[in-house]
Amino acid sequence: MIKFVLMVNRQGQTRLSRYYQPVELSRRAALEADVVRCCLSRKKEQCSFVEYKDFRLVYRQYAALYIVVGVSDAENELSVYELVHNFVEVLDKYFSRVPRHQIMFNLDRVHVILDEMIQNGHVVETNRSRVLAPLTALDKMADG
Amino acid sequence: MALKIVKGSIDRMFDKNLQDLVRGIRNHKEDEAKYISTCIDEIKQELKQDNIAVKANAVCKLTYLQMLGYDVSWAAFNIVEVMSSSKFTYKRIGYLAASQCFHESTDVIMLTTNQIRKDLSSPNQYDTGVALTGLSCFVTPDLARDLANDIMTLMSHTKPYIRKKAVLIMYKVFLKYPESLRPAFPRLKEKLEDPDPGVQSAAVNVICELARRNPKNYLSLAPLFFKLMTSSTNNWVLIKIIKLFGALTPLEPRLGKKLIEPLTNLIHSTSAMSLLYECVNTVIAGQYCCSLGSVVLCVQKLRILIEDSDQNLKYLGLLAMSKILKTHPKSVQSHKDLILQCLDDKDESIRLRALDLLYGMVSKKNLMEIVKKLMLHVDKAEGTTYRDELLTKIIDICCQSNYQYITNFEWYISILVELTRLEGTRHGHLIASQMLDVAIRVKAIRVFAVAQMATLLDNAHLLTGNMQRNGICEVLYAAAWICGEFSEHLENPMQTLEAMLRPKVATLPGHIQAVYVQNAAKLFATVLKSQEGNTDGTAAQETSQLMIERLPLFVQSANLEVQERASCILQLVKYIQKLQQKDVEVAEEVSALFAGELNPVAPKAQKKVPVPEGLDLDAWINEPPSESESEDEQPKAIFTKEEHKHSRPRHTEVDEKELAKRREARKQEQANNPFYIKASPSSQKVYQESTGVEHIPVVQIDLSVPLKVPGLPMSDQYVKLEEERRQKQRVEKKKKEKKKRKEKHSGRGKKRDSGPESEEDITPAHMVDIVTEEMPENALPIHTPITVCDIQGNLQDGSQVVVSVIFENKCDGFLKSMEFNVLDSLNAKLQRPEGSGPHDGLTVPFQLPPGVSNEARFVFTVQSIVMPQKLKGTLTFIVKDSSTHEKLDFKLHFTCTSYLITTPCYSDAFAKLLESGDLKCSSVRLEGVSMPFHHLLARICFHHHFSVVERIDSCSSMYSRSIQGHHVCLLVKTTVSIDAKCDEPTLLGNVLDEIKQTFSQC
Repeated sequence: MIKFVLMVNRQGQTRLSRYYQPVELSRRAALEADVVRCCLSRKKEQCSFVEYKDFRLVYRQYAALYIVVGVSDAENELSVYELVHNFVEVLDKYFSRVPRHQIMFNLDRVHVILDEMIQNGHVVETNRSRVLAPLTALDKMADG
Repeated sequence: MALKIVKGSIDRMFDKNLQDLVRGIRNHKEDEAKYISTCIDEIKQELKQDNIAVKANAVCKLTYLQMLGYDVSWAAFNIVEVMSSSKFTYKRIGYLAASQCFHESTDVIMLTTNQIRKDLSSPNQYDTGVALTGLSCFVTPDLARDLANDIMTLMSHTKPYIRKKAVLIMYKVFLKYPESLRPAFPRLKEKLEDPDPGVQSAAVNVICELARRNPKNYLSLAPLFFKLMTSSTNNWVLIKIIKLFGALTPLEPRLGKKLIEPLTNLIHSTSAMSLLYECVNTVIAGQYCCSLGSVVLCVQKLRILIEDSDQNLKYLGLLAMSKILKTHPKSVQSHKDLILQCLDDKDESIRLRALDLLYGMVSKKNLMEIVKKLMLHVDKAEGTTYRDELLTKIIDICCQSNYQYITNFEWYISILVELTRLEGTRHGHLIASQMLDVAIRVKAIRVFAVAQMATLLDNAHLLTGNMQRNGICEVLYAAAWICGEFSEHLENPMQTLEAMLRPKVATLPGHIQAVYVQNAAKLFATVLKSQEGNTDGTAAQETSQLMIERLPLFVQSANLEVQERASCILQLVKYIQKLQQKDVEVAEEVSALFAGELNPVAPKAQKKVPVPEGLDLDAWINEPPSESESEDEQPKAIFTKEEHKHSRPRHTEVDEKELAKRREARKQEQANNPFYIKASPSSQKVYQESTGVEHIPVVQIDLSVPLKVPGLPMSDQYVKLEEERRQKQRVEKKKKEKKKRKEKHSGRGKKRDSGPESEEDITPAHMVDIVTEEMPENALPIHTPITVCDIQGNLQDGSQVVVSVIFENKCDGFLKSMEFNVLDSLNAKLQRPEGSGPHDGLTVPFQLPPGVSNEARFVFTVQSIVMPQKLKGTLTFIVKDSSTHEKLDFKLHFTCTSYLITTPCYSDAFAKLLESGDLKCSSVRLEGVSMPFHHLLARICFHHHFSVVERIDSCSSMYSRSIQGHHVCLLVKTTVSIDAKCDEPTLLGNVLDEIKQTFSQC
C-alpha cells in the first residue's frame, strides 16, 4: 500500500504532503528532508525506484517539481509510477488555466484531487473526468 | 442582520487568504519564523470571530502551516466547528484540516461522531464523500464502533461514488474495530460483483489487504477471484488479484497448477509492463508448483525488461532475476552476458543489483572471467563508495562457501594484491584477513604468497599513503605476519628483514608496527639459521647489529604494545650478540622460539576430543564459592576464550589395551572424515576423492613469466594458464576414457560427454584445508567480547511471556549488529515480526560501546505453562572493525514460577476457593531451613510471586495465580512445611520443587 505522497520542489521544500499511515508531526520534517535528499541526489539517468529503510520510494520529476511516493514492499512499483503520472495529468487538466507554480496557491484543491484518487493508501479512481467531478461541482457551488 | 453580513465580508477582504500566506512566506525568506508567528497570531484572532467564512479561511491557512511542520493542535476545536458548517465549501476545508491534523489521541474527535453521522446520511453525495475521505484518515476505535453500521449501509448506496468510498473505508474500520468484520463480510463479498468497476476494484483492494494479514480465511473466495481474473480487463484490479493469489497459493498448492495457465497467458498477451512484472513475480514466488517451462518464459521476459532502455524496467528486471536465481540458478546463469553488460550501466543502483546477481552466478568455470570483468570495473569506477562495493563483492564472490569456486589460489592471491592498489579504500582489513586466511589454510600456496607479500613489504611506501583506520595499510599487517611466520619460504629473507625495519615503519598504526616487530624477530631467527650454516660468523653478527641499531626506534614508540615487544626483542638480540661474540652457535635455539607449525583449528574441535573414562567433568574440583562471589569473579571475556582454547580435559591413567582400542577408533574416524587434515601431502588425495572427482594428479603450473615485477603481479595470466590447464586435463581425461573403453567392452563403459566441460570436471589446482563448514576463527586474532544475559520472566496476559535480557559488553571493542535468536520448542516460541521465518533472529535494537550494558525485551508465546523448560539460543554480533560474526550460546530457563503473577486475594475469597473442592492437594517439607518465619514468607513472596492472604500465629496462607488463571494456594507453617493446593497438579509439583530449590540454596 501507499504510505505517503510528497510533492517537493528542487530546493527540497515540501509543497504537499499526505500520509496514509500515522507519522508523528515531529518526525515528518526529518523524514521528508531525508526522503527528498535521497531523491534529489539521484541523477536523471538513474531509475525511479529507491530502496529506503523498510520501504521503497517511487519518484518522478516534472520540471522543478518532484513527486515522491512511499510504498510498502508488496506494492507494484510500476503501477505506482504510472499512478503518479496519472495524477499529474489530472492536475494538468484541472489547472490548465493557471501556471504550474500557482498550483500551490490552490493546495486544498490539489488535496481534493489526491483524495479522489488515493484513499487509505489504495488507488480508488484513475478516470480523469470522474476524479474531477466533485471538484467541478465544488467550483459551480462557489460560483453560484 | 444584513449589516452584519456586509461587515463580515468587508472584514474578509482585508484578511489574508491562503495565497497571500504562501506568497508572504516566500517574500520573507530571511525571517520566516517571525513572519509565520505573526500570521499565527492573526489566525488566532480570526478564529475568535463568529463569521464561519473567516474561520474556514483561517483553518485553511493552518492546514498549510501544519504541512510546513508547525503544530496546530491547539486549533482542533475550531477545525471541528468548520467541519460542522452547513456549506460544503467550508465543510470541505474543515474535513481536509481534520484529516491532516487529527490523530487517534486528538480528544475532540469524540465530539465529531454525530456530525459525521449526519454528513454520512446527507442527501448531497459530496457531503458524504468528503466525510468518508476524512474519516479514513482519523478514524478511531470509538468512531469505528459507532459508525460501522452507518458505513455498512452506505456500501449499498445507490451512487457508485459513495459505494466505492464506503467499501474502502471499511478496511480501516475493520482494523480499528475487528468485531465489525463478521457482519460486514457478506456485503463486502457482494461488492466483488458490483456492476461498477470502481466499486469492484475497491472491494478487491480491501479483500487483498485483509487476505495479506490472514490468508487462510479467504481461500473460499478463490473461485470468485479466479473468475474475476479471467474476465477483468482493468489492470489495476488484475494486479491486486494476482497479488492476492500470490498470498493464497502457499496455503493451497492446487491453486498454483490452476493459475499457471492464465498467468502465462497474461504474460504473453499484456502490454502493460506493471502487469507483466506482477505476473512474473507471482510465478517466481510460487514456482515450487510450476513447470520449468514457465520459469524459462519468465527469464525470457525479464531479459526483455533488462534489455529495455528504460532504467526502471531494467532495475525491476534485475530485481526479479535475483529472486529466480535463488531457486533456478541454471536458468539465470545462461544470461551472464546480459548481467555483465549491466555493470557498465550509468545508473549505480542498477550496477549494484547486477553485482548482487553475479554473486549467485559464479561457478568454477566462470569465476576467473567474472572477476576479471569486475577488476576492469574497479579500475574504471568513479567514487569510492561504488569502488568499495565492488571490492567487497569481488572478495565475497571468491570466498563464498569456503572458496568453493576457486581453482587456483595463486590467481586469488594476485587478485588480492592487485586490489591493494586501490586508492582510498576502507576495506584494507578485509583484504588482509583474506590474505591471512588463504596463506594459512592453503599450504601449497605459501611459497607464492610469501613471495608476493615480500614484494608488498618492499613497496610498502606505495600503500602507506592512506593511513586512516581500516585503510589499505592494514594489508601490511597480513604481509608482515605471513612473511614472518612462513619465513622459511622467503627467497631473500635479509632483504625483507631490512624492509621491515625501515624507519618509515614507525609511521604505521600501532597494531601493525607490533606485528612488524614480532615478525622481524621470526625473520631474524631464519636469517641467523641460514647465515650460521655458511660458516662465516661475521654475516650473522652483522644481522644482529642491524637489529640492535633499528629496534630502539620501536622501543620509543608511543604504542605500548610496540614498545613492550620491541624492548623484549631488543634485549634478546643483545644477549644473542653476546653469545655470538663468544662464537656460540645460537641459531638453533633462536629458531626454537618460533618453532611449531600453525594448524587451522575448527571452532568446535574441542568437542571431538573424547572425554577419558573416569573423568567426571561435572563434578566439582573444589566446592563452588557462594553465589554472589562467583558473579563478581567472572573472568573477563578475553581470558575465558583463551582458556577455552588451551584447556584440555586431563587424561587419567588408562591401561594400554584401552589406549590401543581408542587409537584404532580414532584412526577409523579420521579416515572417514574428509575434513581431517593430515600432516602428509597425501591428504589432498583424500579430499579429491571426497569431491567425487576422478583421481587426477594436480598439474604443477610452470610459471613462464617471472612474477617479480615489484608489487605488480598480474592476475590475468592465470586466466590463460587456467585455460591451458583445463585443456590439459581434458586431454588427459579423454586419453583415460579411451583407455577405459579399450579395456572394457565398448558400450558398457560409462558414457561421458567429453564435449562441453561440466562443473565437476574442473579440478582445483590448490585445495583449501576445510576444517568445518564454518570459517576458522583463527584467521585474525579477535577479541572475544562476552555478553551476560540476565533473564527475568516477566508476564503479560494469556500465553505471552516477556523476557528482559541485559546485554553487557565486557570486552573493549564496540559491539554491533547483534542478533538474538532462540531455537523454538513446540511449547515456547519467540515472537518474531510478521514476515520473518521461524529461524530468523531478532535484531537487538542497539549497539554497545565497551563496558556498557543495555536491556532488550523479547516476547515469547508459551502454550503450556505447567512444566519448566529451557530454551537454547545464540547471540551473534560483530565486533567493530572486524568483519566476522561472533557467536555466543546461552540458555533461557523458564521456571514455572515465572508463569505466576502476584495477585492479591482476600481471605473470604481464599476460603471459598479452598472449599470449592476443585483443587488438588500436595505438600512439601523444607529441610534445614533456619530463618525467621517472616523472612521465609518474604522469600516466597519475592522469589515465587506469592502474596500473603492471612497470617495467624504459626502459619500463613499465601496465594498466587498463573498467567493462564490457575490458582495456587499455600499454607506455610512455622515448622517449615508447606501444604499446597492448585487446580493443576503438575504445575503445583513443579512450583513446589522450585520453592524447595530456593531454600536448599540458602
